[in-house]
Amino acid sequence: MKKFMCLTMTAAIVAMSLAACGSSTESADTETTAAAAEGADTEASEAAEGDAASSDAVFVIGGTGPLTGSTAIYGNAVKNGGQIAVDEINAAGGINGYQVKWIFEDDEADTEKAVNAYNTLKDQGLQMFVGTTTSGSCLAVVPETENDNMFQITPSGTTAEITAADNVYRMCFSDPAQGTKSAEYIGQNGLATKIGVIYDSSDTYSSGIYENFAAEAANQGLEIVGAEAFTADSKTDFRTQLQKLKDAGAELVFLPFYYTEASLVLQQADEMGWAPMFFGCDGMDGILTLEGFDTSLAEGLMLLTPFSADAEDELTQNFVAKYQEDYGEVPNQFAADAYDCLYVIKAAAEEAGITPDMSVSDMCEALKPVMTQIEIDGLTGQGIKFTEDGEPNKAPKAVVIENGAYKSME
Amino acid sequence: MKNKSKAFKQSFTTYALVLAFYLVCEIWLKTGNMSSLMEGLLVPLCYYMILAVSLNIVVGISGELSLGHAGFMCVGAFTGAIFAVTAGAEMPEYLELFIAIILGAAVSAVFGFLIGIPVLRLRGDYLAIVTLAFGEIIKNVINTIYLGVDVEGMHITMKDALSLNLGEGGKTIIKGAQGITGLPRNANFTIGIILVFISLFIVLNLINSRQGRAIMAIRDNRIAAESIGLSVSKYKMMAFVISAALAGVAGVLYAHNLATLQATPKNFGYNMSIMILVFVVLGGIGNIKGSLIAAVILTILPEKLRFLSDYRMLIYAVVLIAMMLFNSAPKAVAFRERLVESISRKNKKEAKEEA
Repeated sequence: MKKFMCLTMTAAIVAMSLAACGSSTESADTETTAAAAEGADTEASEAAEGDAASSDAVFVIGGTGPLTGSTAIYGNAVKNGGQIAVDEINAAGGINGYQVKWIFEDDEADTEKAVNAYNTLKDQGLQMFVGTTTSGSCLAVVPETENDNMFQITPSGTTAEITAADNVYRMCFSDPAQGTKSAEYIGQNGLATKIGVIYDSSDTYSSGIYENFAAEAANQGLEIVGAEAFTADSKTDFRTQLQKLKDAGAELVFLPFYYTEASLVLQQADEMGWAPMFFGCDGMDGILTLEGFDTSLAEGLMLLTPFSADAEDELTQNFVAKYQEDYGEVPNQFAADAYDCLYVIKAAAEEAGITPDMSVSDMCEALKPVMTQIEIDGLTGQGIKFTEDGEPNKAPKAVVIENGAYKSME
Repeated sequence: MKNKSKAFKQSFTTYALVLAFYLVCEIWLKTGNMSSLMEGLLVPLCYYMILAVSLNIVVGISGELSLGHAGFMCVGAFTGAIFAVTAGAEMPEYLELFIAIILGAAVSAVFGFLIGIPVLRLRGDYLAIVTLAFGEIIKNVINTIYLGVDVEGMHITMKDALSLNLGEGGKTIIKGAQGITGLPRNANFTIGIILVFISLFIVLNLINSRQGRAIMAIRDNRIAAESIGLSVSKYKMMAFVISAALAGVAGVLYAHNLATLQATPKNFGYNMSIMILVFVVLGGIGNIKGSLIAAVILTILPEKLRFLSDYRMLIYAVVLIAMMLFNSAPKAVAFRERLVESISRKNKKEAKEEA
């Protein structure tokens, strides 16, 4: 009897957790199924083309990121952004005359799965690695790539330690850079002196930025009147945190986390009738395209971002148009970072003159010295250069949302 | 006497199975034919096997339901990892791993004991509820802890890394949600398999011992067991603490396999606990050999289904249901028996004809 009870209970629980999985991936699926199918098609046809064009060899560049689960939107953006760059590169004759093959695996934003995904890519002949999308899994994969001496550039892994290995480069800003730059920006422009912070203590990205923000805020003469945390398990109701910050007299609220939660913060602050200044980081990018969000609530929201889909330059506009055509949505900064990563690899590979028949380790050794020499005009900045430590040297753009669109805050 | 030899035979086949698995993998690995993916999966397979075996003690042998096994794994993993980056950093790698495993097992056992004291005295499914809560609490508590060390000793806070007030040369060990980074990756397949053997040795001997029979007697009929003077809570506690300690060992192995350790809902959350329970249920509750096989199949399957991309989890679920039906549905069991019978009858007939 007990055995039976146990069995039925387990069955029920399994069904429940599967149902939960289903619903969370479903919403992502409805948006991406069509896009994914298209992506698969282009990939297949392109692989065939690549084979026909240069039957000898192709560069195999791969990435990993969460394609399922709650952060699937970022992994898919990196996958799609990379695909667009690879399509363009191949159409323009490839790298050093060789076509490029783009492969991507799901790592579910989990450290263990990320290592498995990376190993799967290796089995498919991976030569250069664009990944991982999320910081935590990146930290787990870096020792593996270091071991293999595989050239790695992460589009969006922000944790500072990632680039400690000398084969690893980064396309986005690191947490310290974002936190420090945000505090500097607020301090130097005299936006406010009493700062409240809400951050996700269970997320490395968010708590990393907060820590560095707090450290720099002291230097800038900013007073942090309250720092309220939430966790991934309770990210729907922010009224308590907002009320505390309101009582503490915060003039500006710093929101170093992603836009899905930020949209709720803005909404709930509005319901409370409290309108301080809000300031976000690059994770805030995408708030204007969030479905079901009243963009008027985001009026006056300031954010530091390396990429905005509304930028006037030709490069951005082409990219956005192509992305919308292929995947039916406006690209976010993850897609832009991935796109730039591929062009960084292209520039470095051409500078170093590598060929696909070289071993992975030789390729990495050839690429390392030229990384500090190349200069890229990308979607996420003009004249991007890399430092010895593997960090990109680019200026963040501060934008403010006015009339439902980004406006540069110069 | 006959009973004893049967038990011996069963344990023997279980050991032989693991040994065969080890030899096959080693030969595969040494000849260089193994894919990177499989090579990377070897150590995870070991800790999932240990987890499946350890949960089988609670669910199969003692007949209780634990939904927080990942919590014990988490405790073990963080204990081992903290040791690895502090005192163990200077030690030779095998010694470090050995002490980490002992510590991880001990701390997990203490947590198991603390939870067991009130809960195992109750009847019903309270253990399931409490362990479920324990798993979630442990994960969230670890996510808020900042632990640093300097010349003055350990500093701990739940606020942020700045409030640790570390002195000169101090370093942060646990950085809240960022967890522990820079771990030594001392685990390898051979060590993993040795640990699987040790867990099997402990569990199989427990089952075939006087204490094990007492635990099973309590599971089958509590009143009868009490009437002959068995202490219910003592024996249940024994099973639960051993299970927690083994889960801690698996956690230490987990922490020594990846360079970074974070407590996310993915690796130490509710889903992981259920995953381990699925190993046990699909392998057969109380069936140690079965849970080993289920752990291996269910760990490799999602990786091997990667080519299906987004449909992978869907297919995985279908396979789970199919396996469950094949293992437990009365019709499927009857069909399997008929199949075995017909094969053996055929063999007999052939043998007869040949003779």
